[in-house]
Amino acid sequence: MNIVVLVKQVPDTWSERKLTDADHTLDRDSADAVLDEINERAVEEALLIKEAQGGEVTVITMGPDRATDAIRKALSMGADKAVHLSDPALHGSCAVQTAKVLATLVGTVEGAELVIAGNESTDGRAGAVPAMIAEILGWAQLTQVRKLEVDGTTVRAERETDTGIANLEASLPAVVSVNEKINEPRYPSFKGIMAAKKKPVSTLTIADAGIDASEVGLANATTTVLEAAPKPPRTAGQRVEDDGTGGTKVAEFLVGQKLI
Amino acid sequence: MPAERLLPTTEAHDLVALVREIARDELAPRAAEHEEQERFPREVFRLLGRSGLLGLPYPERFGGGEQPYEVYLQVLEEIASAWMSVAVGLSVHVMSSYGLATFGTPEQRERWLPEVLEGQLLGGYALSESHAGSDAAALSTRAVRDGDDYVVTGTKAWITHGGVADFYALMARTSEDRSRGISCFLADGRTPGITAAPPERKMGLTGSTTTQLVFEGARVPAERLIGAEGDGLKIALSALDSGRLGIAACAVGLAQAALDEAVAYAKQRTQFGRSIIDFQGLEFLLADMAAAVGSARATYLDAARRRDRGLPFRREASIAKLVATDAAMRVTTDAVQVLGGAGYTRDFPVERYMREAKVLQIFEGTNQIQRLVIGRELRR
Ligand SMILES: Cc1cc2nc3c(=O)[nH]c(=O)nc-3n(C[C@H](O)[C@H](O)[C@H](O)COP(=O)(O)OP(=O)(O)OC[C@H]3O[C@@H](n4cnc5c(N)ncnc54)[C@H](O)[C@@H]3O)c2cc1C
Ligand SMILES: Cc1cc2nc3c(=O)[nH]c(=O)nc-3n(C[C@H](O)[C@H](O)[C@H](O)COP(=O)(O)OP(=O)(O)OC[C@H]3O[C@@H](n4cnc5c(N)ncnc54)[C@H](O)[C@@H]3O)c2cc1C
Repeated sequence: MNIVVLVKQVPDTWSERKLTDADHTLDRDSADAVLDEINERAVEEALLIKEAQGGEVTVITMGPDRATDAIRKALSMGADKAVHLSDPALHGSCAVQTAKVLATLVGTVEGAELVIAGNESTDGRAGAVPAMIAEILGWAQLTQVRKLEVDGTTVRAERETDTGIANLEASLPAVVSVNEKINEPRYPSFKGIMAAKKKPVSTLTIADAGIDASEVGLANATTTVLEAAPKPPRTAGQRVEDDGTGGTKVAEFLVGQKLI
Repeated sequence: MPAERLLPTTEAHDLVALVREIARDELAPRAAEHEEQERFPREVFRLLGRSGLLGLPYPERFGGGEQPYEVYLQVLEEIASAWMSVAVGLSVHVMSSYGLATFGTPEQRERWLPEVLEGQLLGGYALSESHAGSDAAALSTRAVRDGDDYVVTGTKAWITHGGVADFYALMARTSEDRSRGISCFLADGRTPGITAAPPERKMGLTGSTTTQLVFEGARVPAERLIGAEGDGLKIALSALDSGRLGIAACAVGLAQAALDEAVAYAKQRTQFGRSIIDFQGLEFLLADMAAAVGSARATYLDAARRRDRGLPFRREASIAKLVATDAAMRVTTDAVQVLGGAGYTRDFPVERYMREAKVLQIFEGTNQIQRLVIGRELRR
């Protein structure tokens, strides 16, 4: 079975992250860029399926030139090939545009029947792209998945949300988004790093992919960020001395915050 | 702050990124506890093995990574910054593989090198004896030919990975000639007649096992003789030239970790109403520490690049070992000073760094012996 994994390069959560003042898009120079950890898990899940059932794993990313580093990481883990869409016109694209573009790219991968994505990126955090792609492709969608099983043309999954666990079943083709409980991603090996150099990566512009410039980019986005402010620094908090009434005071505080 | 590295290739860049990830997620969180409990982390070496890090400077054809020393040593430095005992262990493993990789016959390499490099096995290097430390040629462990075997009897001292190694590069005496009477063997760690004494109780590097290794009529097959009879000391010293570069890199990694810890503390600690880094007396101390780290790194990298080009590098390796390990001793000592009383407690890692730095000035040739080598090269 041929699997597509959608991967995104994001600023390292270990470093400080900022937005640019000019257009409120991500300041990609201010932080180290890494393959999003949730996408490492998506790659891992695809590799596990491939190792058990055969097939090919293709990673797709839409991102600036330096996203090649994230692609190489996925390839060094064991993915077989990659498609990298990089074009200045894509800067500032919204989640809807991103989903349309990615759906188009999925269509170019021969025999792709299963798409695996992260449930939510650590930078944009829309948590919407995989569902939108499924909608656009007309494929089944199994999102927020913590356990996945592919059996012939049937996909079974456990979706985990704040309200509980749902057991899902669908027929291929399907789009799956995974959460952080799905697996522990492997480390690449140095052999994998060497092998990655020789794996095919097709780098496309939007023209190559047959995408019209008027459909993407900040100017054509369906939503606009008007303002952004850094998170306020943490305040000192309130100290409760326990002179026998500590429990009551803590309870009163929580009630005051409408937490209980 | 991680050192910014100028690396020659994309794969070297990806390799260092992988090593940083493993160091951050798998090594650093475990180091303090293992060191405190004096526990050797065998499983960490299996992870390094699976990741292809135990054979980096050796040919790809035999399962190695075929990386230049310039790259391999920077990997070692990154590991040392997270966990010194593991970096020293890796360096010792690479040194233990050196004889086979460099002086083994094609058949020997074909047969044993892949398992040595692919990472399931761990090596030890058995040269020193209790009366033959700096004067290694005085060693007296004996290997006597008997049919298809050599029968080995004697006691090695200070053996890193003693009792836990799967194989040893063993130097033993095959004739009375002081330096031409020593031969090198690739001994299987499971050979009957090889036992390890209880581990030494050390000042630092307590996560690394150091033991006497006792040979009581251990039969080592003659096909495991590396090089000709009598080549042993030459092989051992040649392995040490490269090993010393490894120790220099470990020293720089340790010093970098101490510097990072000191700078972070100095920025956040206030006295007299200001951050202590704002006192010039302390700022200059930190600046000297940074200068020591930077110059030590440049020194070992220069030696490594000579090695990578096939130029002689014995003098440069000894200079790098001397400069880098003295720098590590000074920088780790000063890091304790920067942290004040906190630095003297086990709640912060710098006192451990200081204890770990000391051994670097002692093993793989004391720093007096490095001066001896440098002086001898000058006199040539
Ligand atoms: C600073 C900033 C400014 C923004 N400005 C705007 C704006 O002006 N207008 C607007 O409408 N939106 C804006 N966005 C939203 C942004 O466009 C979306 O973040 C982006 O389109 C993708 O959504 P996401 O990363 O949140 O996806 P999610 O739905 O959270 O991602 C889930 C998964 O989808 C896949 N995926 C997502 N993106 C990609 C990709 N590029 N390549 C491959 N796979 C991918 C991955 O598998 C990922 O794990 C902004 C976001 C930020 C952080
Ligand atoms: C933790 C640890 C791990 C080790 N691991 C290994 C290992 O894996 N394999 C192995 O074979 N060995 C190992 N060693 C041994 C190490 O290499 C020796 O300890 C070292 O070579 C010094 O020998 P020595 O201890 O006998 O000291 P000595 O040789 O007795 O030296 C004592 C002092 O005399 C000085 N000195 C000696 N000769 C001279 C001279 N000619 N001129 C000036 N000064 C001199 C020395 O510099 C030193 O200060 C290890 C040692 C330690 C502590």
